[in-house]
Amino acid sequence: MAENKKNSAYISAGESRRITRFNRRVTKKLEKARADAGRDSSLYTTVMKDPNNVVEFDNVCTYFFSDVGTVKAVDGVNFSVPKHSTVGVVGESGCGKSVTSLSLMQLLQRPSGQVVGGEIRFNKGDGTAYNIANTPNSVMEHIRGNKISMIFQEPMTSLNPVFKIGAQVDEVTKLHFPDLDDEAVKARTLDMLDLVGIANKEGVYNMYPHELSGGMRQRICIAIALACSPTLIIADEPTTALDVTIQAQILDLLQNLKDKLNSSIMLITHDLGVVAGMADYVVVMYAGRVVEKGTADDIFHHPAHPYTIGLMASKPVVGKKVENLYNIPGSVPNPVDMPNYCYFRDRCEMQCERCSGLYPPEIKISDTHYVSCYRYYDEGELIGYPKSVKVEEL
Amino acid sequence: MEQKDYLLEVDNLVKYFPIKTGFFKRTTGYVKAVDGVSFKIERGKTMGLVGESGCGKSTCGRTILRLLEKTSGEVKIDGKDIFALSKEELRKFRPQVQIVFQDPYSSLSPRLPVGEIIGEAVREHGIVPEEEFNDYITRVMEACGLPEYYKGRYPHEFSGGQRQRICIARALALNPEFIVCDEPVSALDVSIQAQVINLLKELQKEFGLTYLFISHDLSVVEHISDTVGVMYLGTMVEFSDTDKIFAKPLHPYTQALFSAIPIPDPDVKINRIVLEGSIPSPANPPSGCKFHTRCAKCMEICKTQVPEYREVEPNHFCACHLYNGQNEG
Repeated sequence: MAENKKNSAYISAGESRRITRFNRRVTKKLEKARADAGRDSSLYTTVMKDPNNVVEFDNVCTYFFSDVGTVKAVDGVNFSVPKHSTVGVVGESGCGKSVTSLSLMQLLQRPSGQVVGGEIRFNKGDGTAYNIANTPNSVMEHIRGNKISMIFQEPMTSLNPVFKIGAQVDEVTKLHFPDLDDEAVKARTLDMLDLVGIANKEGVYNMYPHELSGGMRQRICIAIALACSPTLIIADEPTTALDVTIQAQILDLLQNLKDKLNSSIMLITHDLGVVAGMADYVVVMYAGRVVEKGTADDIFHHPAHPYTIGLMASKPVVGKKVENLYNIPGSVPNPVDMPNYCYFRDRCEMQCERCSGLYPPEIKISDTHYVSCYRYYDEGELIGYPKSVKVEEL
Repeated sequence: MEQKDYLLEVDNLVKYFPIKTGFFKRTTGYVKAVDGVSFKIERGKTMGLVGESGCGKSTCGRTILRLLEKTSGEVKIDGKDIFALSKEELRKFRPQVQIVFQDPYSSLSPRLPVGEIIGEAVREHGIVPEEEFNDYITRVMEACGLPEYYKGRYPHEFSGGQRQRICIARALALNPEFIVCDEPVSALDVSIQAQVINLLKELQKEFGLTYLFISHDLSVVEHISDTVGVMYLGTMVEFSDTDKIFAKPLHPYTQALFSAIPIPDPDVKINRIVLEGSIPSPANPPSGCKFHTRCAKCMEICKTQVPEYREVEPNHFCACHLYNGQNEG
């Protein structure tokens, strides 16, 4: 019983005060550093490693300085989104997939949420790139919605209930193309509504969100996101709140529009079925780190990480009868107090001796397939350990 | 033909919700949430109930337990017509039928410790004598994979999967015969889903429970159910054994629904039947066959005449004009 007490989330008053003081100091320092970097455009302009990528995440660390301690929501994430392709980011809730995308959009809840390390490079298209972590707000405003846009999970809550649909789609176009007159803006909006497959576009233009069904609302959200033909669309669980039949409609629509607009999609979801049908590349995240990444074929036909394998086995598949589903034992470790060793070790049924050592490095097991697991230590080429930022040194 | 032991018999169940408008709250119409549904579940088996949101599957589950009063029709559980029971009889009957709700975050009282959440109804109904109470709760918790020391903790200390276990333990503590599972795994993560599904299956084996499993996730339903009913806009459009219905869906709606299931294999490119539009309002359903507005195989007759719900193949019921006259020569 005494041990249970120790494990619970109890924090003494002194400890709490120490955390609060630390958080205040660190966030102040980070905010200042960010403001300084924002003044000089050379500090937020870099070069892409590979000009064929739209976005490169390079050892990104996003931490939340919360009242119970520092939560390493994203801790050394490495992956990139190539041009004209769909990258699926898969993981359970709380694994950091949404925070990764929010870091890219700079929509984190500041000052408690901070990108403390690494680089997020977004391709400008002229050979240079933005380093999103340092980009000031004034520049971000031209990127958000214009070059990168986002479709959120809940179409019910992401539309404003007191404005007409038309006004909400118009707003985006007006903001990013101030030269257009009202009629041109409206024409553009109607084109967008047409594009996302709304039959009665003149009627819908004058409707309020509550008059539309969930699927229609998600179409509107997509229309808003696509209004400026962005180079990257982030779809954060776009179909989770929708029915299966509507989900099929929306996924079809996204796939078609991606080809029409020449954009890339970063598809964030927990549904492996959705990813399989849409994505070219898949990134599997667990507890704030990428555990496996590769092409859809690599991940679905040759899953390597025990977590990916477990995830696949625990999902019932239509047409495949099994007596008992595999279940991954235990649950995700406490994000405030992550262990030193592999985060998945305690739930893993394939662990070996090495697993008690450091967090496993990223290992290349084929040209496109990377995995962070000691089981492949001797087989593949070692890429490197994830670089965590030491909180004490901030 | 052998006599089957049916635990639940639902016959032509109807549930309308009145729409009230104006100052005097006059009833101006009805939302036909459940509009003539009939099915039977054998003892110890699981029936899956699938359909889009708003098709009335949850209302159906709640009306069966008399959490909502019916408009018309008949529900028999274990041979007893539950709408004929008096208040006192109903209270005595309640332990036999239980429900597990969708959202484990809002269906547990935040002010009660877990032991009390599970035990409250046990004490109220006098399932076990007072001196055995503690042991009994421990046993129930163990059956659901909850260690004993959780008893004094509060729901906010648990993750979603653990809370759903508490909900299941609460239902199980009353020794029920029949449990309505209203989307029990929809709010959970994939790896936790598997844990809860396995738990439900184990408990069924151990205690011989009967489930009505309401879900919109077809792959889960296929995994857990013995029979499947498909609902559309308040009516049952197809009902059969799980194997039969997944191998050969008859109703165009079922076909479209099944083809929309995302399959976790990038090589499988299924011919998706993408349904146009969305589900019509249940307050003003289309005439004739309710599905005719979205159906690819719509005929003239569908627009005017309501298709009969009949046995198209042995033990395979379907309500569609496409199968008129088949098997009858």
